[in-house]
Amino acid sequence: MKRAPLHGVMAEFDNPTALVVAITKARAAGYRVMDAYSPFPIEEVSEALHIHDRVLPALVFLGGLAGCIGGFALATWTSVIDYPINVGGRPLFSWPSFLPVTFETTVLVAAATCVLGLLALNGLPMPYHPVFNVPQFALATREKFFLCIEATDPRFDREETRRFLETLEPLSVAEVED
Amino acid sequence: MSDPVRSSRFDLPPDHALHRVQRAALVVGGLGIIGCVVGIFAAREAFLHAYLVSYMLFLGIGLGSMAILMIQYITGGAWGAVIRRLLESATRTLPFMALLFLPIALGVTDLYEWANPEHVAHDPILQHKSLYLNVPFFLGRAVFYFAAWIGTAYFLNRWSLQQDAAADPRLTRRLEMLSRGGLLLYALTITFASMDWGMSLEPHWFSTLYGVMFMGGQGLVTFAFVIPMAALLAERPPFSRIITPVQFHDLGKLMLAFVMLWAYFALSQYLIIWSANLPEEIPWYLARTRGGWEWVAVVLVTVHFVMPFLVLLSRDLKRHARAVSVVALVLIGARFVDLFWLLRPAVAPEGFSIHWLDPAAAAAIGGTWMWLFVSQLKTRPVLPLNDPAIPREA
Repeated sequence: MKRAPLHGVMAEFDNPTALVVAITKARAAGYRVMDAYSPFPIEEVSEALHIHDRVLPALVFLGGLAGCIGGFALATWTSVIDYPINVGGRPLFSWPSFLPVTFETTVLVAAATCVLGLLALNGLPMPYHPVFNVPQFALATREKFFLCIEATDPRFDREETRRFLETLEPLSVAEVED
Repeated sequence: MSDPVRSSRFDLPPDHALHRVQRAALVVGGLGIIGCVVGIFAAREAFLHAYLVSYMLFLGIGLGSMAILMIQYITGGAWGAVIRRLLESATRTLPFMALLFLPIALGVTDLYEWANPEHVAHDPILQHKSLYLNVPFFLGRAVFYFAAWIGTAYFLNRWSLQQDAAADPRLTRRLEMLSRGGLLLYALTITFASMDWGMSLEPHWFSTLYGVMFMGGQGLVTFAFVIPMAALLAERPPFSRIITPVQFHDLGKLMLAFVMLWAYFALSQYLIIWSANLPEEIPWYLARTRGGWEWVAVVLVTVHFVMPFLVLLSRDLKRHARAVSVVALVLIGARFVDLFWLLRPAVAPEGFSIHWLDPAAAAAIGGTWMWLFVSQLKTRPVLPLNDPAIPREA
């Protein structure tokens, strides 16, 4: 019988501490390509997985900068060039009154960049992901914690990785079909 | 013998760098006091105005510490547990600051034109305001403010120390209740105190944002002061195991928030007064954007907001104790410049000027204040002993 290609091997845990310990041990054993799944965010998990994303913060900063310059330019263009109005004898280029608009567009563009950039970098929306082929995974949004070592890891070996995960005292270990 | 308060695993080691800081502070303070004593006789009014600026800066650290303590008791967070003893030591300088109020109380007629009867006789607006702006009521209010602050600080310190001896949930609850009322009292007293001591330098002018600007400034200067102190502590064990980059990250984020809050308050007041352009409001800004003061304003926008805002966005910088301490020390300097810009133009109509007594008063008050702060810090364990955020085995 020819076996289906694998996405990876996944272990199930019943508490976040066990998950963090498992990640640390997996990294110590030399595994690098893995992902963790939990019902709520756990700060220690991102640290244990060594996830330090520098792309999104840079994008948000550039978004904020664009919003800042764009907002100020918009206010300047409308008030000075496109539709100049004398307001109480003030100069047309009354920059203090442009600052609220500048602030709002800075926040708006930075926040929009953050949300859209997050989705784009995560590859969301994603209509299919192999981890859902494992029946237990339905509990990942309720009360169970999962660690999946992926097949693209150079150290991945179908049997050996499975045996390794079983040493971590998981509730269950399952092969994730691609 | 196991008196947890007298000797604990969190006592300040006898050879800690803070002892050197304390000795240096005493020298700086002594030199400053000599300068101030000369100044009292040589240039009485210049001394009083220089004194007021520095006084407000260091009073602000004590009061800001009190407010941050109370906010932390209500909202929680491990960042507050690691700096609690630093904040408490700063609040215990408040009785000393009450004593240091004496020069202002004695010099009230030289400092404030509304306290000068000859001046008031020619000024119908001040006659109208004299129901509030008169010397006995001014001094009575000051007594009330200090009673409120010292009283709040007393119980915050007392109950926190009792918690070191025994972890009692009732104490936590009591501190929380005190903090609720205490914050309300803080907001009201700071509003009126900043009106009395700062805004009334120009008694025709008024702004409802003035007190809030002082509160934001006090919160900022508190974090700017506590971060370098925590960095000094975190240089060696056992504190280095507890005051970690995670804590500096949190403290740095809070300092960034206060940098933005300061900019928000400062711009709000400016925008409203600039837009309305009313003859009774705008002179305050005219005095501060002319004759050289406009360059001080540019420095403030740059050093008090733009620069710290941009560098504090960096996660790596906030987690690096020394780097974030440098930003914090720059911000303390910016606070001083801000207070100088808020208070001094009131008596410098001819334009920007700085007196030799300005650094002298800063040294006198800052040096003695810092000396007192460290001596207060030494009297207790530097970290709370029974806080869930502090690991027991460290």
